[in-house]
Amino acid sequence: MHPVLARKGRLGLYLLAWIPPAGILYAVLSAAASLGRLETAAVVAPLALAAAFLSLSTWYLCRVFPLRSPRVASLLAAHLAAALVSGALWVFLARAISAAYAPLFAGLEERLAPQRPLVFAIGVLVSLLAAAMHYVLLAMEASRDAEAREMAVRITARDAELRALKAQVNPHFLFNSLHSISALAGSDPARARQMCVLLSDFLRSTLGLGEKASIPLAEELSLVRSYLAVESVRFSGKLTVQEEIEPDCEACPVPPLVLQPLVENAVRHGIANLLEGGLIKLEARRSARTLQLTVENTFDPEAPPRRSTGRGLRNVQDRLRAHYGNEARLEAGARGDCYRAQMLLPVGGEEP
Amino acid sequence: MKVILVDDEELSRQVLREFLGGHEEIEVAAECSNGFEAVKAVAEHKPDLLLLDIQMPKLDGFEVLELIEEPLAVIFVTAYDTYALRAFEVHAVDYLLKPFSKERFDAALERARRRLGEKLPPAAELAAAARPPSQHLERIVVKDGARVQVIPCDKLDYAEAQDDYVSLHTGGKTHLKQQTISSLESYLDPARFIRIHRSYLVNLERVARIEPYTKDSRMAVLSDGTRLPVSRTGYARLQALLEGRG
Repeated sequence: MHPVLARKGRLGLYLLAWIPPAGILYAVLSAAASLGRLETAAVVAPLALAAAFLSLSTWYLCRVFPLRSPRVASLLAAHLAAALVSGALWVFLARAISAAYAPLFAGLEERLAPQRPLVFAIGVLVSLLAAAMHYVLLAMEASRDAEAREMAVRITARDAELRALKAQVNPHFLFNSLHSISALAGSDPARARQMCVLLSDFLRSTLGLGEKASIPLAEELSLVRSYLAVESVRFSGKLTVQEEIEPDCEACPVPPLVLQPLVENAVRHGIANLLEGGLIKLEARRSARTLQLTVENTFDPEAPPRRSTGRGLRNVQDRLRAHYGNEARLEAGARGDCYRAQMLLPVGGEEP
Repeated sequence: MKVILVDDEELSRQVLREFLGGHEEIEVAAECSNGFEAVKAVAEHKPDLLLLDIQMPKLDGFEVLELIEEPLAVIFVTAYDTYALRAFEVHAVDYLLKPFSKERFDAALERARRRLGEKLPPAAELAAAARPPSQHLERIVVKDGARVQVIPCDKLDYAEAQDDYVSLHTGGKTHLKQQTISSLESYLDPARFIRIHRSYLVNLERVARIEPYTKDSRMAVLSDGTRLPVSRTGYARLQALLEGRG
């Protein structure tokens, strides 16, 4: 179906767009023919309306003969033929209209007759113009389609990448944890065993997350807690965790592993660089429409710069965009010796 | 053999201590949990061997090495293999990837013992080799007597070559560092710091204007009024950079 007819409201706009050409037609006819103003208007109005609908048909012709088609000769021939038919139709319509006005305007048909070549020429011209406009329209549509397709491809690629990412825990975290276990195995076998259990708890909770689009916040929190339990053994007492979780947040669905990278950053870039250790604060609040998750940590503004700063944050940002489009927000920044990352996620309405 | 252990994690030092326990001939001169302590302890005890973690609070392992003037044997102890491997290929005695076994540890120690008789490169050279090449320095560490100064690169106005040293000028203060100006230049972001003269490296943001001086040379006037000579090649570099930006 023609795009102008496909949606309500568009037809009205399209007809409005025909007012200036109708004005030109009025000016040309009134200059050329010996007609009164009212007579000219009476002829032009139905003629323009008919032409508006007639021009729509060019769209089908343009679709059959796309500009890039190799059949240039038949494309030109088709449009030329259409233009000639259109010219003939215009002449026929002008005659029919002026004949219909016979009781109102005496001799209108006779007075308009000498202008037939002009009317014919206008009909040809309008048809060719309509073809040109339709080609522009088709080109715009094609580029929009291409854009949408490219976007879809990008989203699929990102999804695949995320799945791979989610399935994998930062290997350095694993190596450091195993090293802690190795240390404790000599000095404190009971704690070494406990560390093995904590590490297994964390690893088990990350298994299979790749397949899930979302998990309840409570599940993400318990994953984060077991991560922090492992890290606090490694940092032997340097890590303090404080939680302020409103109970009605716990059931809210969130994309899996959306909080953990922020907490990992807080440990790697915050606590790990502090001689005396530091504090990580987890906060969850919700209003009717948004869930607000905050990770705050103390850090040393003069710490040596670490590699891969910002990668975890960017990852989370990409995930939020993939999941919620523009409806979620992540802000992060430092104030004094406190670093804070805050997410605002939409809740209530079902996610896409 | 005198050894210093440097690692910010207590558990990690504990492993090192435990593995060293069987070696009678080794004396642990100090244990350090951050870079500042390490630099101080090395100056004080003059150890033969450093067991060095790389990611630490205050100063990282490379910065520690940069501040050590005497040659000494270094074994990197880290969970990050990329740095360690690079350093090892060039100069480091060995590297231990966490977690490691007692056998692996003993082998590293044995290598260090054998290398002790040989001539070791200065520690700073090791740091230079180990640092990822594409990464520009964000800050420069300097030792002022016993104190360690950390100078963020954007605070550096210009550097001046003085034989084997560079003097770093920051907001009216001067720090001396044992490093050649070419070596410093290679670590700084070339889009921000330009060698305008054989002996001068300048922070582009501080340059207020360039004035003609003699027929062949020019003067760079910094925003604080300091005047530095600009050689012909230095001027060409400056122009190329400004054109690249514009």
